[in-house]
Amino acid sequence: MILRCDLGGQRYAFPDLKRLMAAASPRRSGDELAGLAADTDAERVAARIVLADLPLDTFLREALVPYEDDEVTRLIVDGHDAEAFAAVSHLTVGGFRDWLLSHEADSDALSKLAPGLTPEMVAAVSKLMRNQDLIAVARKCRVVTAFRTTLGLPGRLGTRLQPNHPTDDLRGVAVSVLDGLLYGVGDAVIGINPATDNVPNAIALMEMLDGLRQQYDIPAQTCVLTHVTNAIEIMNRQAPVDLVFQSVAGSEAANRGFGVDLAVLKEAHDAALALKRGTVGQNVMYFETGQGAALSADAHHGVDQQTMETRAYAVARAYQPMIVNTVVGFIGPEYLYDGKQIIRAGLEDHFCGKLLGLPMGCDVCYTNHAEADQDDMDGLMTLLTTAGCTFLICVPGADDVMLNYQSLSFHDVLYLRSTLGVKAAPEFEAWLDRMGMVAPDGRIRELELKDPRISHMLAQAQLVA
Amino acid sequence: MDDVVRPADPWSALRASTNARIGLGRSGDAMPLKAVLEFQAAHATARDAVHTPLDLDAVEAALHPLTTLRIKSSAPDRPTYLRRPDLGRRLDDEPSPGLEAADKGPDVVFVVADGLSATAVQMHAAPLVHACVERLQGLKIAPVVLASQARVALGDDVGERLGATLVAVLIGERPGLSVAESLGVYLTYEPRRGRRDSERNCISNIHGKGGLSYALAADKLVWLIREATRLKLTGVKLKDDVDALAPPAGAGEALPGT
Repeated sequence: MILRCDLGGQRYAFPDLKRLMAAASPRRSGDELAGLAADTDAERVAARIVLADLPLDTFLREALVPYEDDEVTRLIVDGHDAEAFAAVSHLTVGGFRDWLLSHEADSDALSKLAPGLTPEMVAAVSKLMRNQDLIAVARKCRVVTAFRTTLGLPGRLGTRLQPNHPTDDLRGVAVSVLDGLLYGVGDAVIGINPATDNVPNAIALMEMLDGLRQQYDIPAQTCVLTHVTNAIEIMNRQAPVDLVFQSVAGSEAANRGFGVDLAVLKEAHDAALALKRGTVGQNVMYFETGQGAALSADAHHGVDQQTMETRAYAVARAYQPMIVNTVVGFIGPEYLYDGKQIIRAGLEDHFCGKLLGLPMGCDVCYTNHAEADQDDMDGLMTLLTTAGCTFLICVPGADDVMLNYQSLSFHDVLYLRSTLGVKAAPEFEAWLDRMGMVAPDGRIRELELKDPRISHMLAQAQLVA
Repeated sequence: MDDVVRPADPWSALRASTNARIGLGRSGDAMPLKAVLEFQAAHATARDAVHTPLDLDAVEAALHPLTTLRIKSSAPDRPTYLRRPDLGRRLDDEPSPGLEAADKGPDVVFVVADGLSATAVQMHAAPLVHACVERLQGLKIAPVVLASQARVALGDDVGERLGATLVAVLIGERPGLSVAESLGVYLTYEPRRGRRDSERNCISNIHGKGGLSYALAADKLVWLIREATRLKLTGVKLKDDVDALAPPAGAGEALPGT
């Protein structure tokens, strides 16, 4: 295969497909750290020109990570649906970009196509798309999942209520849950990252969250984001597990760094399905991913970080998850340096996940050593909601006091509701209405804690040990 | 039941159980300006902790009468340091006369590294080194190495050049909004380039806002130093035992003068 291009009187040649993919990526610190990025802006565009002319089915013939070495590649190749792919099999990567933007590619067509796409095809086409293209196509993708709420319906934006606490204090967690509920947040999941990751601690948190859910009679699912092997042990002990969580990445070696493989994920998925705790659906898995995870585990196989991220979605989709989110700005400035890179990556991840058929959400976030601030988050959350993002993560006041980074605040969801007209999942919205928390114009009421509509919830929060 | 007197802000009672930013109130749908400005002030403090250069003269003065020497990593500036962790783990190419002249084969070398919070190092490094040295009578301790634009693994390079048995890297941790000045310590037996993180022991959260005190951190570190010397290793095999030294819940004491 000859991968070269003449541009501005200079010849650019790319030694192989993975170097071409990396060079075609928008500039980002993680690819520079890995020594994979284009040296100049002109080389970057030259790579895109070459990539645009590449037949889409090249990715079926040439693996970026060898089949023999990697179970994620085997999952992608062995699970590929050639019949679904037939609709676009004649296209180049550039032609695929144009087709995605055409009116012919509607929600139905994109849903039917999803099993015929590989992560590498999706990553490749995203490199030829501007931010508005990523938004426009993602918005057409329809991915609906359900457990106690139904996510992904048109005009809806789900939220994860993240009530983290530096010492997992049960009362402190309950108070943050209450705060979020008063803003109408938590329909995607009420999910806590434990400060101490062990089985007894996770069970204590789960029982508390499940107790609150039942006392308030909330149609929502809860999750303690403990390691999947802990979740299996916890299910064996009959503790109340709604969603099973795991961080995943795009190669077998990177997943080994997380202490998981496909077999253990299947074991956990089967165990959670057997509990039959969902009321309106049985999507029981929750996965998190993030650009840079494979490189930070030294398990990227010389492949650019956005392509490795998209391969993680192939892992996720094998288990019909309820929700998946990229932790886009969390991994640090050595992977995504500033607000511009974080925003671009967030839109890429959402688009790639949706096109592969995932209920894709995002932790719109940054760390204090990244060149980013809340203004950048305002931009990304507005763009993602416009793109039809499945859910966003929210913490009290945008400040996660356990993980020491900044995400979105509960207020941000009120802004998105009123500015873009989105609502929570129908089951959850009906609960808010029953609680008297929704005004006739659809806004979430600002209620005093002693208001009789919510004061009993406060009493419950104070009861928690 | 109903005659209980409620505080003016019912959230104030709930705030005792978490430092999360709960009960902020609303201006329309938005966060009230007071909360916005408090958040911005905390973010600015955290960013300044990352970007303000370490005042090496002041740290040196605070370490007196201990002798010190200065080194730099291969990262020439903060932006490069943040993008290229690999450069922060390597000594720069300039010759280091201080390192070359120092006595070889110490039992312990303390490396004070700016890391991601120069503020933490400025506040806590010297008192912690003094507290450790007091507890390490009889051991051969190298001059304290002050390292700029440094990551934890830079200590491996330093320790190897000095032929040290152990290196203890005191480093500024990634700042959060609630604590921007938290210090961590990483202890590595037989430091040499290429050591993995699983071969180190870490003590984190040394600060004055409910974190570990100097005395407790020094007790833990000295215990680790003695055990590492006895067992001839650091890392996961030492990890479980040190937790036995952890204070009971709620016993966190404030640091003096912070």
